Amino acid sequence: MGNYIFNGTIYLIAIVFLIISFIKSRQKTKKALIKAWNSFKNILPMLLGIITVIGLMLAILDPEIIKKIIGEKSGALGVLLSSIVGSVTLLPGVVAFSTAALLLSSGAGYIQIAAFVQTLMMVGIVTLPMEIKYFNKKIAILRNAISFILSIGVAYLIGFILGIWK
Amino acid sequence: MRENNKKAFNLKNFLKQYLFFIITLVLLGIFFIFKFDAGLKATNVIIYSFKEMLLVLPPIFILIGLLDVWISKETMIKLMGEGSGLKGILLAFLIGTVAAGPLYAGFPVAMILMKKHVKFFNIIIFIGAWSTTKIPMLLYEMSALGFKFALIRLALNIFVIIIIAYVMEILIKKDEVSVIYKKAEDF
Repeated sequence: MGNYIFNGTIYLIAIVFLIISFIKSRQKTKKALIKAWNSFKNILPMLLGIITVIGLMLAILDPEIIKKIIGEKSGALGVLLSSIVGSVTLLPGVVAFSTAALLLSSGAGYIQIAAFVQTLMMVGIVTLPMEIKYFNKKIAILRNAISFILSIGVAYLIGFILGIWK
Repeated sequence: MRENNKKAFNLKNFLKQYLFFIITLVLLGIFFIFKFDAGLKATNVIIYSFKEMLLVLPPIFILIGLLDVWISKETMIKLMGEGSGLKGILLAFLIGTVAAGPLYAGFPVAMILMKKHVKFFNIIIFIGAWSTTKIPMLLYEMSALGFKFALIRLALNIFVIIIIAYVMEILIKKDEVSVIYKKAEDF
């Protein structure tokens, strides 16, 4: 639901600006749209590949399997496994949090879930080729590596704060 | 003859561009052969993600195009470039937080920001915010994992994103940054 509202808002903003732009200058608007189309066309092949990889991955790593990997394991190994699973998977928002809720109900600890959610969002192994294309290899790998390490820290901190904030 | 050459070149280019996608499609085919159910499931996810992509990307790319045409480099530098200070950081957080869309949709936005010479530090802040502190996601998170969990994670991530930006700024040399900024000029 929240997603629809936000998507709607972005569409509304884009349309309003497009109209204003069109009124101010047709030529510039045309140029903007051509640029938009070209940059979309430019990234489309890679995007299609990434989307297919996500599909293949989720066919193997479905919520039940993720639950099996993370579910019962606790402690540092559990946190590490959760972080790795979170890094290699790319779940759409709704699926991500329903998976996390499933993990919670199956008895996984908050630290493991936090590690999973955190790396899911910040670390993207699947989208790495795209990040490399827009930035470069060093920047993409460094950003993901630093995010991975800090995500584990965040997970423990969340566990710690939840422990004292009763 | 010349036409033929051109066609052959186009085909070669096309294959090169789509090689990755073709390989993944072959893998999908293998899934179908060995485990039909998994193939079917993968196809469902692919269709879902494809629809999500088609829903999310058009307004983002249109806004990128409009920003490129209407907002001058000088204006963007003033807002988010070198010397923009706290204002630039807050803007980077804001743009990343209010936008909807998966991480991959943030990269082209980052590119147009680089083209307009937004500070590298703010680019990394933007990517961090786009990946982690999204308002629509926050609502899901609160309902799935609890208000406290989501709130603590959000608060911690504001610091984490700034730390990542600082570390990246130290580790990535200025001339490396200018190389990728030059690449962004081609947009």
